[in-house]
Amino acid sequence: MSTIESPPVTATSELLSLYAQMRRTRALNDEAIALQRQGALTGFPPCTGQEAAQVGSAAALDPAVDFAFPTYRELGAMLTLGITPLALMAPHRGLSFGGAFDAREAHVAPINAVVGGTALHAVGWAMGAKLDGEEACALTYFGDGASSQGEVHEAMNFAAIFELPVVFLCQSNGWAISTPTERQVGGGSVAARAAGYGLPGEQVDGNDVLAVRDATARAVHRARCGGGATVIEAFTYRLGPHSTSDDPSRYRDRAEEEAWESRDPIDRAREQLRGSLDDAEDHFARIEHEITLELDAVRAGLGLLQAPTMREQMELAYARMPAATRAANAAWLQDGIDG
Amino acid sequence: MAEWTMQEALNAALADCLADDDRTLILGEDVGRNGGVFRVTAGLQERFGEQRVFDTPLAEAGILGTAVGLCMHGFRPIAEMQFDGFTFPAFNQLAAHVSKLRTRSGGALNLPLTLRVPSYGAIRSPEHHSESIETFCAHLPSIKVVSPSTPSEAYALLRAAVADPDPVVFLEPKSRYWSREERVAGDDLVGAGARQSGADADAERGDGYASRIVRSGSDVTLIAWGACVQRCVQAAAFAAEDGVEVEVLDLRWLKPLDVDGLVASVARTRRAVVVHEAPVTLGLGAEVAALLGERLFGTLAAPVGRVGAPDMPYPVAALEDEYLPSPDRILLAIQRTFDAVAA
Repeated sequence: MSTIESPPVTATSELLSLYAQMRRTRALNDEAIALQRQGALTGFPPCTGQEAAQVGSAAALDPAVDFAFPTYRELGAMLTLGITPLALMAPHRGLSFGGAFDAREAHVAPINAVVGGTALHAVGWAMGAKLDGEEACALTYFGDGASSQGEVHEAMNFAAIFELPVVFLCQSNGWAISTPTERQVGGGSVAARAAGYGLPGEQVDGNDVLAVRDATARAVHRARCGGGATVIEAFTYRLGPHSTSDDPSRYRDRAEEEAWESRDPIDRAREQLRGSLDDAEDHFARIEHEITLELDAVRAGLGLLQAPTMREQMELAYARMPAATRAANAAWLQDGIDG
Repeated sequence: MAEWTMQEALNAALADCLADDDRTLILGEDVGRNGGVFRVTAGLQERFGEQRVFDTPLAEAGILGTAVGLCMHGFRPIAEMQFDGFTFPAFNQLAAHVSKLRTRSGGALNLPLTLRVPSYGAIRSPEHHSESIETFCAHLPSIKVVSPSTPSEAYALLRAAVADPDPVVFLEPKSRYWSREERVAGDDLVGAGARQSGADADAERGDGYASRIVRSGSDVTLIAWGACVQRCVQAAAFAAEDGVEVEVLDLRWLKPLDVDGLVASVARTRRAVVVHEAPVTLGLGAEVAALLGERLFGTLAAPVGRVGAPDMPYPVAALEDEYLPSPDRILLAIQRTFDAVAA
């Protein structure tokens, strides 16, 4: 099965579009950090430095047929999969949990801070796709930190046993808050664990957007064709803090950060494009102009995002609200008015 | 057949669920060829195929997490935890994901899954095989919990659980699997139960999450579910010999609680005792007692009594008869509701 290979995508136009998504991600990411400093967002988990791993992997998916399961740090992947910036800012403004979008329509699960467990949801979704005879795959994002969770092991084992179309996309980004990868991943490689399940495992330079795109495309193709699951370990680096509440200077060296800053995935793609496009600067200018317009719209739209009412949040708890629960909720709301 | 066991009734309910809706699936440990360690899924893989009824690796979080993903692909999975004590490895899926996913997704993702759990003690099991997990489950938002007490009830409630659009934890009283009881005619037992337990409240409780009156009495209400219903019926028979007329209320649904049904019964009897196998501390009896206190403070003739376990792990099999709610303990608790005097 795994002998079926999709052609590598190296066309310059493809790289340009991936570059645009990475720049868009970095710009919104930086804007979100600024908005948090201004008090417009309650907190934000930056993905600075991981744009190639996220954009490259998401670009290999077709959200019309496939389904992605993100963690909380998947801004680049989710933008690439078509989720709007404002939908992704809503959780960080305290207005939404998983993002202000329809997960069923978008084929993207809500963002999730309890990492590891969603790998099993990808397995279940993939099982459903296989039962329905669809040529589709589920891609689950996780990091070197989440690779320690037992549920990730269970998910890989289930995917192997049931021969399911799943792509396990690990962004090994150096740090799980303050715990470095070498104190997280026994044996040193998440991809190497794939062999234990009889699955193909692949390590890829996570800061090379085309390499990530190609590796993921191969895995997606194999999954859709009935070839089963793949574990991809994309080596990258979380250049920023874990979140806007975190201070990495407490636990890691500036020299390490500088070394990775010199390997910035966006800079790398920009240099590649300069080498292969005569009018590269014109394209860059156009991309930056479009980003400026988008950020203007984000700032304008942020204040218009509506907070849900307590009544609306109560309604979400059940598809079929029991009468006793409805009565108790009404009494609770009434106490708030009377009080 | 005029009589059936709960194992047969549950098996029939699962077969009918699978036959009626091709999106239903059964997954769990040893549920396929082996038909489940309690034979509740016996013959189902043979009849419906390995794609509809299948064994999983020994990993409870994996089973429940996979069921969540199956829901996201439009299936209606029925997952089995082999024993109550094996639910704990899946608790992260239950508390962090199943309980929250509908809200987290803004209502986009429904989880019409049923989690069957052979529950409670009294079968001389090794440790971790006799747990009462209802409080843990009922405390989680968005999760419904139900526990049947008879074969026909089990059939109807399992059908209702599988049909429900929300996640339902279905706690099967494993000590009752093999007791043979009369098969109640008609498949609308849930509705029938609601009608039995107070026609005046029917409009309010037409959602089906209703308790039922197992035995009518005017002096005191015993409140129980699952295996303890039969214990209460026995205690009620003993009490009748002493001239005390005991009403036995089978809660059925532990979440939502049938508040109106509880209040209607205890308003008549003015005395209530809740009986469960779980520890008394924060057992579901605490919630029932608090509700009755709020609703019937001026009516109650005595504080609501609770019969349950001490604050200790479920004991070795040699001690379980002493540990479980005996008729004597239930009768003592009833007696205390008559002895109670306001300070």
